[in-house]
Amino acid sequence: MTFKYDNVYLKETATIAGPYEKKGPLKKYFDKTYKDLYFGEASFELAEIKLVKDALIMLLKKASLTKNDIDLVVGGDLLNQITATTYGSCNVGKSFIGIYGACSSSVLAMIVAANFIETKRIDNAITLVSSHNMSSEKQFRNPTEYGSLKPDSATFTATGAASCLLTSNKTDIKIECATLGKIIDMEQNNPNDMGKVMAPAAIETLKTHFTETGRTPKDYDLIVTGDLGRYGKEIVKDYMLNEYKINLEDNYNDCGVMLYDLALQKEVKAGGSGPACSALVAFSYIYSLLKEKKLKKVLIVATGALFSPTLIYQKENIYSIAHAISLEVV
Amino acid sequence: MKNLKYERIANNHKPKEKKSKNALMAFLSGGFLGLVAEFLINFYSNCFSLSRNTASTLMVVTFIFIASLLTALGVFDKLVNHFKCGLLIPITGFAHSMTSSAMDYKKEGLIYGIGMNIFKLSGSVILYGVVSAWFFGMIRYFIGGA
Repeated sequence: MTFKYDNVYLKETATIAGPYEKKGPLKKYFDKTYKDLYFGEASFELAEIKLVKDALIMLLKKASLTKNDIDLVVGGDLLNQITATTYGSCNVGKSFIGIYGACSSSVLAMIVAANFIETKRIDNAITLVSSHNMSSEKQFRNPTEYGSLKPDSATFTATGAASCLLTSNKTDIKIECATLGKIIDMEQNNPNDMGKVMAPAAIETLKTHFTETGRTPKDYDLIVTGDLGRYGKEIVKDYMLNEYKINLEDNYNDCGVMLYDLALQKEVKAGGSGPACSALVAFSYIYSLLKEKKLKKVLIVATGALFSPTLIYQKENIYSIAHAISLEVV
Repeated sequence: MKNLKYERIANNHKPKEKKSKNALMAFLSGGFLGLVAEFLINFYSNCFSLSRNTASTLMVVTFIFIASLLTALGVFDKLVNHFKCGLLIPITGFAHSMTSSAMDYKKEGLIYGIGMNIFKLSGSVILYGVVSAWFFGMIRYFIGGA
């Protein structure tokens, strides 16, 4: 389902990244980076909460606003009961909505906030997402220090938090339209191959977006998916061309591939994942290219896998979802 | 979307796992660990005049200590990445699974943290180890006598 927006603008972004992301090619675009994974906190969960707080403080500072100037905070993360977001954004803003779209939360939060602003119920909103490699590892997989062997198709949860300020006051970058995705079940069940699990959701949302807007990939300077990794990215290109005759060869990339140097950083395997993966790339690198007007129009398709370890052990499928948002320089 | 067509296209882009290379590495590293174990048993039994049985127990204790220490230092998981299952299948892997679980749940306290989670990974090994030991013990009893 696609919505058009007329008075929602992106005013400012803030990105905080961890040590693995710091070693990647986008280092200079992040507002703040950390050298270790604890950030001086006692546990990985507390470390993720600190990332969220950092991202909010950084954003308010960059936008020269105070905590009470914000009408709404919308955010989500991967921890149980989205606690990183709720604990981290306590006392910020006049109201709060916690969302869960797994790794698609980044764009989902923007769409929720944009709809409130478009209908003039609020003037501004902060969207934020976070993920922490170790806290998700602990929650979804094995203990963090456990040396479990992963196949090359596995992705690596990005450590970081990213927030952005959406407002009804005109800025250079407009939230132009968005496509909300639907839950897809393609009978996938391998948590070590999330690219293959989530590619169908990205394909479905891209197809819906192009059909409902009547656009083609050529209408965008850049199209990025959230965290499909290097193999999932190839699946999307191949399937779109084969099934729908939509050619993504020239201007399509994946944030999971862009966030790391895959040739040097072997530990990330197929690429980055997590809600912070798409947001870190979009709010740092892509945002700065939009601000410099090197890119005019960008489509961000954040992909998420909807599952829990319990249901995987009960042999249920992994579902997926993708949401798209279009940013345009005006 | 078409499931069959999707599977066909997606499987074209599936990375090839280097199974034989990994197996060879596990064979070599596991074998090397066995060699070190044999050396340790000889060392303990010769230097401290112990029986071979007691020396074997000491060797196991040494391996458990080293694996736990390397886990705590954050080195063991990196070694596993290089040396594969050769390090996970022996007693070192068992010690590693318990230490890593204990470390992960340290902050939740002694009862709800370490106590409840230390056997998170190794619980299956213990349970089915005991069950199969009983099973094979019975077979041995009926075939070979006491």
